[in-house]
Amino acid sequence: MILILPELTVLLFSVFFLFFSLGDRKRNPAAWAGPLSLIILITSLLTLSNSGALFSGAYRVDLFSQIFKAMLSLGFCLVLFMMGRRNEIEENYGAEYFMFLGFSILGLMMLTSSVELISMVISLEISSYSLYIIVPLRKGSTRVQIEASIKYLFFGAVASGIMLYGMGYLYGIAHSTFLADIIKVIPSYINQPVGIIAVVFTLTGFFFKLSLFPFHFWAPDVYEGASNTTTTFIATIPKIAAVALLVRIVMLTLPGGQQFINILIVLAAFSMTFGNLVGLVQRDVKRLLAYSGIAHAGYVMLGVLSLVGDGNAAAIYYIAVYLIMNLACFYVVILLSRNNDNPKIDDLAGLAKRSPLLAFLLAAAAFSLAGIPPTGGFTGKLFLLMSAFKAGHINIVVIAAVNTVISIFYYLNLVRISYSRPASTEAGEIMLTFQEKALCFIFIGLILYTGLLPFGLLEIFKGML
Amino acid sequence: MTGNYLLMNPSGFPILSATIFLPLVGGIILLFLKNDRAIKITALITGIITFLISLILFSNFNPDTKLFQFGENIPWIPLYKINYILGIDGITIFLILLTTILTPICVLCSWTAIKERVKEFMFCMLVMETAMVGVFCSLDFILFYIFWEAMLIPMYLLIAIWGGPRKDYASIKFFIYTLFGSVFLLVAIIAIYLVTGTFSIPDAMFRGYSANFQHWVFLAFAIAFAIKVPMFPFHTWLPAAHTEAPTAGSVFLASVLLKMGAYGFLRFCLPITPAASVYFAPWMIALSVIAIIYGGFVCLAQTDMKKLIAYSSVAHMGFVTLGIFSFTLFGFEGALLQMLNHGVTTGALFLCVGIIYERTHSREIYDNAGLGKITPVYVGFLGLFCISAFAFPGTNNFVGEIYVLIGTFMDSRVAGFTAVIGAVLAAAYMLRLLKQIVWGREDKRTITDMNAREVIYLAPLVLFVIWVGLFPRPYMSVMERSLANLLDQMRPFIQ
Repeated sequence: MILILPELTVLLFSVFFLFFSLGDRKRNPAAWAGPLSLIILITSLLTLSNSGALFSGAYRVDLFSQIFKAMLSLGFCLVLFMMGRRNEIEENYGAEYFMFLGFSILGLMMLTSSVELISMVISLEISSYSLYIIVPLRKGSTRVQIEASIKYLFFGAVASGIMLYGMGYLYGIAHSTFLADIIKVIPSYINQPVGIIAVVFTLTGFFFKLSLFPFHFWAPDVYEGASNTTTTFIATIPKIAAVALLVRIVMLTLPGGQQFINILIVLAAFSMTFGNLVGLVQRDVKRLLAYSGIAHAGYVMLGVLSLVGDGNAAAIYYIAVYLIMNLACFYVVILLSRNNDNPKIDDLAGLAKRSPLLAFLLAAAAFSLAGIPPTGGFTGKLFLLMSAFKAGHINIVVIAAVNTVISIFYYLNLVRISYSRPASTEAGEIMLTFQEKALCFIFIGLILYTGLLPFGLLEIFKGML
Repeated sequence: MTGNYLLMNPSGFPILSATIFLPLVGGIILLFLKNDRAIKITALITGIITFLISLILFSNFNPDTKLFQFGENIPWIPLYKINYILGIDGITIFLILLTTILTPICVLCSWTAIKERVKEFMFCMLVMETAMVGVFCSLDFILFYIFWEAMLIPMYLLIAIWGGPRKDYASIKFFIYTLFGSVFLLVAIIAIYLVTGTFSIPDAMFRGYSANFQHWVFLAFAIAFAIKVPMFPFHTWLPAAHTEAPTAGSVFLASVLLKMGAYGFLRFCLPITPAASVYFAPWMIALSVIAIIYGGFVCLAQTDMKKLIAYSSVAHMGFVTLGIFSFTLFGFEGALLQMLNHGVTTGALFLCVGIIYERTHSREIYDNAGLGKITPVYVGFLGLFCISAFAFPGTNNFVGEIYVLIGTFMDSRVAGFTAVIGAVLAAAYMLRLLKQIVWGREDKRTITDMNAREVIYLAPLVLFVIWVGLFPRPYMSVMERSLANLLDQMRPFIQ
């Protein structure tokens, strides 16, 4: 019981909102969500040192999984506090919305502990199906959100299908669904087509969650169609779990096959370049962040494909930083949006006058996403580049460096418009509550902390591998 | 490892860290103030205290050692052997003094010119100072890189918020151009780390890397530094940024940021990739000479005072890189002195343009012509800095240029002769500017002359111009030891 305490807490969270939904519809569930998520965070922090195996070894609780669970619950907690009073979900579905968010987190937490193919699939689908449901739950039904959810569902189903196909091959090779058994057999197959197909196809499900090229097609539409808060969740939290599983599975292939690595390099290069180039022409802030997410999926792969402990620690560090800087960007989006619509880039005009704090938060997050010191984005990217360079993949390092320059155009554009364009006449000052201000300062603090004092977290990530 | 090159501070007080972070602390205090006047005064006091600390630094500086002084070494990210290493030598001490004296001057020159968002402006200035001093003190690649890049953000904001009409274009061009160079710098830094296993800059010097490796690293460094200097043909961001930036921003850009490129060549390219530096020297000399001539001709055609001074920077910085790549002691000393001279003189010229812009709201030469009778004090200051800018004997630039030219003639006569032509061009465009401003036309405008505040902040610069012009020896003796040491270690690579 104690081993899966964080999961149980999340389950209770969801059950609480299930009962809530049966009660009086007029009560606001949002007031409960934040404090309850704090309990989840505390539980997962208290159980950090747990270790053990459950369900005949299919479910492993170790430092690796517990740290990821803590990151997931931290992200979840931040997302729920960010929603605050500006929740844009149909009132009738408020409680169900939180219930499904809870289930999604539950699936992701289970995913980080899964060391067996079937339990991986089940966890992944628990998480995905909950998200498929909440994407269209946005106030005022338009075609956009229906289109987004259908796209998300179909692409997700296809990715799951490919993943299952790859897992079939893995089972065929190893005659077992346990990673512990697969790891013994895979290295001798990794230079053969069947081994490469098995591993790459298995990874597809996680590439999809990470929105890596060529499994990124859903991202811009879902980001645009889903409500701002839902997008915040989808854009950040599943990616953490995806990186956890990528690290787990790619570790299977040690000592790595060159062709397998080459495939990952190509995917990473296309993902960065495509994401950044298309990002240049976006006018909608959320779509821009979607393409930025595609590019960042490519950066993260730099750490994964270097196949060494340092590289994986770098990838995990980067995704942790990405969680913070992306949440910070989305917080600006959430606070900026009037009538729950999607802010356009031009709506940022005069932000520095309307709310200096928000403008500063956006600047810090954008510079961090672009990788300018002293922000966390720079430090994370430095570790990624170093590990990929160390593994001898200089070509991808140069591509990543050039991509940094491309991406600065649109990140800087966010800052430029919020600082040097005058505000339109009807846009008034943005008033922030105390809680919102505090959260802004927390984000700024975290971005600088991860940039300047990375050693503590980095040691932890390295220690857990 | 560190004992080899780092002379720890005997008193144990981290004076370099204090110099670096005091402005930042002052900047953070500013954020809690409400009154504009209090903010300006706090910024000024912070700047002055920082300058006084750097004076203590200078008075305790030992010119007789080739080691880095006032060392500090603290592990920072042990997993990757990244350390917080600080230390200064004869090359950096004056650059730090230049930075710390210019900050209070820039605060003073923005006293009335900046009317909106004073708090953010002063905060940006102080953060800039932290980053600039940090660049000159860092002896760890990553620390250096963080300061180097972090500087971009406040500089960008200075141009983008308080800049002129085309600030949008100028600021983004500045940022992207510099960042483009910097990412190659980062890749080169990682490459060196993977070969040496350390991020310590002095540990990476003179390690005898393979020729191929040196060539690639040199080119990566050279792109970053050539953009910052800026060398022809990477200079196009400079006129835009200089022209659109507020006066204080222009001064920082011209006086300190451009020096970082030249400093990078001295600190990184020469010691880390000596063979490649010698190999590519003819190209660098050619580009320097082109910059001197090209800058001179472009200046002749300018009608905007700020643009003229901006292009003259391209020419002046050409002298600096010319001196560095002549690989002679005269060349090195001249280049370093020219860096300071350019910082003072060009900074002062930008301040002069700022003073007149506040009164006439125009930077066009014609609009400001004929001030000789109206504002005699102003014209006196402007005249001194103008003749200093074209290296009139008795002023600071004369000494620097002579040193550079001697070094160049020892190395290559062709380059020397062409550079002399450039020096003559400088006289032509500077005298043209001066003539127009002093005598250009006669009318009865009422423009107030310089006030006490403006005289006060120009006075230290005047002092420097004349002092170096007449008696440069004290300056040379401080920087000599470090530069001679660099040249000695370069010697085996120079045929």
